[in-house]
Amino acid sequence: MTITPALSVRSLGVNFGSNQVVKNLSFDVYPGKTTAIVGESGSGKSVTSLAIMRLVEYMNAEITSGTILFHRDASGSQPQDLTQLSDKAMRKIRGKEIAMIFQEPMTSLNPVYTIGDQITEVLVLHEKLTQDAARVEAVKLLKLVRLADAEALLKRYPHQLSGGMRQRVMIAMALACRPKVLVADEPTTALDVTIQAQILTIMRDLQQELGMAVIFITHDMGVVAEMADQVVVMRHGEKVEEGAVEEIFARPQHPYTQALLAAVPKLGSMQGEALPRMDPLVVLDGNVARTLGESRQQDTARIDEAPVVEIENLVTRFDIRKGFFGGVSHRVHAVENVSFSIFPGETLALVGESGSGKSTIGRTIQQLQESTSGTIRFGGKAVADMSRAEKMRLRQEVQYIFQDPFASLDPRKTVGFSIAEPIRTHGLLHGAKAIRQRVNQLLERVGLSADQAERYPHEFSGGQRQRVCIARALASKPKLIIADEALSALDVSIQAQIIHLLMELQQDEGLAYLFISHDMAVVEKMSHRVAVLHLGQVVELGERRAVFDSPQHSYTRKLLSAVPVADPAQRRERTLLQGDILSPIRKVGDEPEHWPLVQVASGHFVAQEVGSAERLAS
Amino acid sequence: MIAVTLIVSFAIRLTGDPAVMLAQGAGSITEADLERIREALGLNQSFLAQYIGFLRGLVVGDFGRSFMGGTPVSDLIGRALPATLALAFASLFVSIVVSIPLGIKAAVSRGRWPDQMIRIFSLIGLSFPNFWLAIMLVLLLSITFNLLPPSGMEGFSSFIMPAATMGIILTATNVRLVRTTMLDTLRSQYIMVARAKGLSNTVVLYKHALRNCSIPLITYFGLQFGGLLGGIVVVERVFNWPGLGTLAFEAVSARDYPVLQGVITVLSLMIISINLLVDIAYGLVDPRVRKE
Repeated sequence: MTITPALSVRSLGVNFGSNQVVKNLSFDVYPGKTTAIVGESGSGKSVTSLAIMRLVEYMNAEITSGTILFHRDASGSQPQDLTQLSDKAMRKIRGKEIAMIFQEPMTSLNPVYTIGDQITEVLVLHEKLTQDAARVEAVKLLKLVRLADAEALLKRYPHQLSGGMRQRVMIAMALACRPKVLVADEPTTALDVTIQAQILTIMRDLQQELGMAVIFITHDMGVVAEMADQVVVMRHGEKVEEGAVEEIFARPQHPYTQALLAAVPKLGSMQGEALPRMDPLVVLDGNVARTLGESRQQDTARIDEAPVVEIENLVTRFDIRKGFFGGVSHRVHAVENVSFSIFPGETLALVGESGSGKSTIGRTIQQLQESTSGTIRFGGKAVADMSRAEKMRLRQEVQYIFQDPFASLDPRKTVGFSIAEPIRTHGLLHGAKAIRQRVNQLLERVGLSADQAERYPHEFSGGQRQRVCIARALASKPKLIIADEALSALDVSIQAQIIHLLMELQQDEGLAYLFISHDMAVVEKMSHRVAVLHLGQVVELGERRAVFDSPQHSYTRKLLSAVPVADPAQRRERTLLQGDILSPIRKVGDEPEHWPLVQVASGHFVAQEVGSAERLAS
Repeated sequence: MIAVTLIVSFAIRLTGDPAVMLAQGAGSITEADLERIREALGLNQSFLAQYIGFLRGLVVGDFGRSFMGGTPVSDLIGRALPATLALAFASLFVSIVVSIPLGIKAAVSRGRWPDQMIRIFSLIGLSFPNFWLAIMLVLLLSITFNLLPPSGMEGFSSFIMPAATMGIILTATNVRLVRTTMLDTLRSQYIMVARAKGLSNTVVLYKHALRNCSIPLITYFGLQFGGLLGGIVVVERVFNWPGLGTLAFEAVSARDYPVLQGVITVLSLMIISINLLVDIAYGLVDPRVRKE
């Protein structure tokens, strides 16, 4: 007996004007199963999800060919072709039979209506419930997505909820009418890993309870390995490969899939290795996956030399004022008592979730942010004692690379101008010709060509723009580069190339990196030492191998266990991680407890936990 | 507020001597007669003394008396204010009721013919000077077709033309504003989410989108109210509307300081209270503005 798919997409084509963004796409989703659509930006995966909902029409796109057959039940009744339905008929299916979860939980709820209004709206519309009955049902739904205090939540507004809570409300809303098919478009991409793990567990549990067919759209191979039964790999609007999840990961057939999987950093892949490893790049050359370069140990850290930067008991707090004349009522304890050093040629990673203070540390070191107390020393001299000229020199020696390469380049200046700016500001070279030569040399150094200097940022792709930002950072011959989530906005294949470039530059120029990231797998791949931050404090600090292979602090272990591993063979049944991300905002006078660091092995420090003494004893 | 009254009181005294205006047409006037008039009106005092006198009166709600006929200024304003307010709110109402649906329609059909038509009409509306439009309406509707009374304030029909004049001009700008803010809002993800719920277009636009547009709209409507009161002076003149505009106009021609000072003070008071109302309205439409 064959099982009827809940949804069959056949030869689907979607156009934006004359531009075809989805071509000849076919796949099936079965009840109770998950089909993942993976691909990088521009692969047409999100457009596919909107096409299934027939929402592409609202984006000035249209379905040009193919069918989307929806089987309401398995008994072989006549399926409906969604592409042929009138808008009115389609509205009866949207939200009732086929529901959707979107990527950005922060913007997918209407800010001016309460959570209760937004959930009951669906129930009143499709299930014809009365307001009161709908509220009772809404409470049940909120409990279904494991939200505590559901009655009170109904009266809250979206801005009063955290990102993870909003995404659960979104799921509750989508599941309100027990849909047959759930379309989830990158539902966890904007969330922290521990929250992502919560949401994924909830989604999987509910899928089993309700027997839904799920179409899961994502760029994250780790999430795919964890969630999918069937995988569709898309590229430039076309399906390049389809198969069962184990098959795709174990024996990818298409060269693109091979290159994509090779580029994904896998947590645990560095187990037992002391130093970061520069892996060869797998790139797609025409239709062949080609391996470039070879594997090499990144033995660049010079820990016997004096540190580039030393940070001692750094504290950074922000005051929150209430009202016009109001005094300080709360403080954000962004950084609390943090100490570490970075040695020449070393990569120190700062990892943590949102609100952990990792970016604030970077900004404070770069003097973009004033510290509340503590000392920052460069080359042995405290910043507070520096003269103006010395501080200027500091700005030359420490450079910053930001997450969003587009926002950090002036759109009205050529990239050549942007790269030359630090050279001029610090007076490193004189004469237009010499500067010109240096810019060209820098562009070539980061893998671009010299003739691109006259172009503007919008003419480059995201990865190329990040290369321009790196070239600009290199222009002032820095000793330390602070990379603040510099890889987070990039596709994995581009990310692998940038990691490669950063490691190459470290090898050649002896650069030290402060690598700020939430991505544990990338951190594992490229750092010498790791500092784990939680609520502004370091909870664990040590060599990468020590921290990743034998994590001592419970928070480090929680973080590591929450990371989805890009290997379906390692899929594990996970218990639901409890709790939301704690807020670093405290009332004035309510000082946080400081966790003293204890050395557990050579160079491996762990914060003492409350009750840890007893646990060690038992 | 103080600054406004100070500037107005000073500027108005640069326009000339009201005693001369009063005395005009009275035949032969000697310098001594003029001096007597000035003394009677308190104009022989220094500017500062006059201004302090005005402020003193203001505190107890006394705007002084008109130079022309000696009627208390507060009575004159009390008679004119309701007429002006009625006209101002009628115009604002017309513009809101017309511009919101049109603006939404334009945003939804962006780039297609309804949008183009609405934008062309808005451009035409923007190019009309209000006095010209007022005169054209009078010519057409009152004189040629004799449908509506050309002037005065008697009954509902007399409201139509002045409110339409002001309304058309306000609508022309408001349509564009509604269209732009709506386009922004329609790009938000929660609009896509609302559509994904299966809600009808009307609910998506008027329930989910419109309330999110309302912060910039309320801000603008509030600011517009100030401009509206300025524009009303001219329109009231054309339609001979017994409001503050007409009162102010006559006071300017006669250099009737107390009346003008009174009118300006009341107008600026109104603008300040509108701004207060706007701030209160923010909290009503957007929970994020409310205090925790």
